[in-house]
Amino acid sequence: MSSNSILQSIHDPAIMKPLADALGKHVLKQPLAIMHVCGTHEHAIAKAGIRSILPEGLRLIAGPGCPVCVCPSHDIDLAIGAAMRDGVILTTFGDMFRVPSINSSLEMVKAKGRAVRVVYSPMDAVRIARDNPFKEVIFVAVGFETTAGPIAATLAADPPRNFTIIPSLRLIPPALTFLLERAGSALNGFILPGHVSTVLGRRGYLFLETGYGMPGVIAGFEPLDILRAIIDLVNQAENGMPARVVNLYKRVVTENGNRKARESIYRVFEPVDASWRGIGVIPESGLSLRSEFEHLDAVRKLGLEPFAESVDVMPGCICHLVILGDAEPEECPLFGTVCTPRKPTGPCMVSSEGTCRARYQYRRV
Amino acid sequence: MCLGIPMQIIQINGKEAAAEAGGVKKSIRLDLLEGCKTGDYVLIHTGFAIEKLDEREALETLELIRQVYNAGVHQRFDSKKK
Ligand code: SF4
Repeated sequence: MSSNSILQSIHDPAIMKPLADALGKHVLKQPLAIMHVCGTHEHAIAKAGIRSILPEGLRLIAGPGCPVCVCPSHDIDLAIGAAMRDGVILTTFGDMFRVPSINSSLEMVKAKGRAVRVVYSPMDAVRIARDNPFKEVIFVAVGFETTAGPIAATLAADPPRNFTIIPSLRLIPPALTFLLERAGSALNGFILPGHVSTVLGRRGYLFLETGYGMPGVIAGFEPLDILRAIIDLVNQAENGMPARVVNLYKRVVTENGNRKARESIYRVFEPVDASWRGIGVIPESGLSLRSEFEHLDAVRKLGLEPFAESVDVMPGCICHLVILGDAEPEECPLFGTVCTPRKPTGPCMVSSEGTCRARYQYRRV
Repeated sequence: MCLGIPMQIIQINGKEAAAEAGGVKKSIRLDLLEGCKTGDYVLIHTGFAIEKLDEREALETLELIRQVYNAGVHQRFDSKKK
């Protein structure tokens, strides 16, 4: 059996039914709250309707796991400001293209005739720089550990002198720590992000066990992977044993993670305190370029400055509460009325991984 | 955003490689993975191979799923009989 057909079999929705039935019938000993921190998980959960089969009292919270949703408007404004300059080609992942800032978005800037190009890989941005030696080509570097590796490798592979980035990468473990330490935190376990975990490995999360007695399960992205993770976390919460970090995505994630990816990241970047949109500053949760790579920082090179009025929380939007699990999208008065994927008010309605967008797209009518 | 697509490496040329999935070919980078061979299945994220796919583990997951599935089917069968 080839790897592809194995993956197809794991994907088969029929295979989910017995597990879903078992979980749905389970009577919880006490209410539980489980959080994932991954937009791809949220998309899969909303698409498969997993929340509808959960036992009563089990809350599945979509945490701050969508990189473009937590990208501060300050950085979006830097990108917009850069794109407005003559001689600049701004390159970005598609997810970022429509994220609104208070006055504009990269999409609106492009509509005004500015050079904004959507790329699939940071290497595509480098190619654009090589093809346009007289333009300044800037890449908006958003993402978590998964994406930080490829971006670091791109920067280490001698990009041309007209190539720079706006650094806005974020790290997951400091965010987990923040979520556990913030006031009123009442979580019973984390579903850990599958592809961030390829970099970190199971070991990257052991602080959950030792520091917080908090269970965590590394999960893949099939409905079945997610169900198994939920069942494991419910069992851990109810069996009274010491909390464990479990890897249920061993077909991709190893014990120690991808050391080479981590080395690439930390050769080019160093951790800094960083702001998460609507949440605020989380210590050591961002990556800034090391001094040897400072010349690749567009903000420094071009002296980019945000508009004075950078606003993280759009008027009326409660995204910042949604991504902490303090509110559900349906509690937002703008959800589905004023704010829709066609005309998003807040960042959580833009990307297919944003909590509001996923919830809207797969709402049960 | 951390989407990863499993693809099979069909040709390697230094840090660059060609990979294929479902008839679609793509050029990918191998900067972040050591010891890749032609024929390996790798997970691709933003044009880079970020991890190898463990076929044995994938098969084990599938086997486990089958067992759960079969158990589930039998349970329902049993309850019908009663
Ligand atoms: S529905 Fe729109 S306005 Fe409301 S929280 Fe979500 S993104 Fe913000």
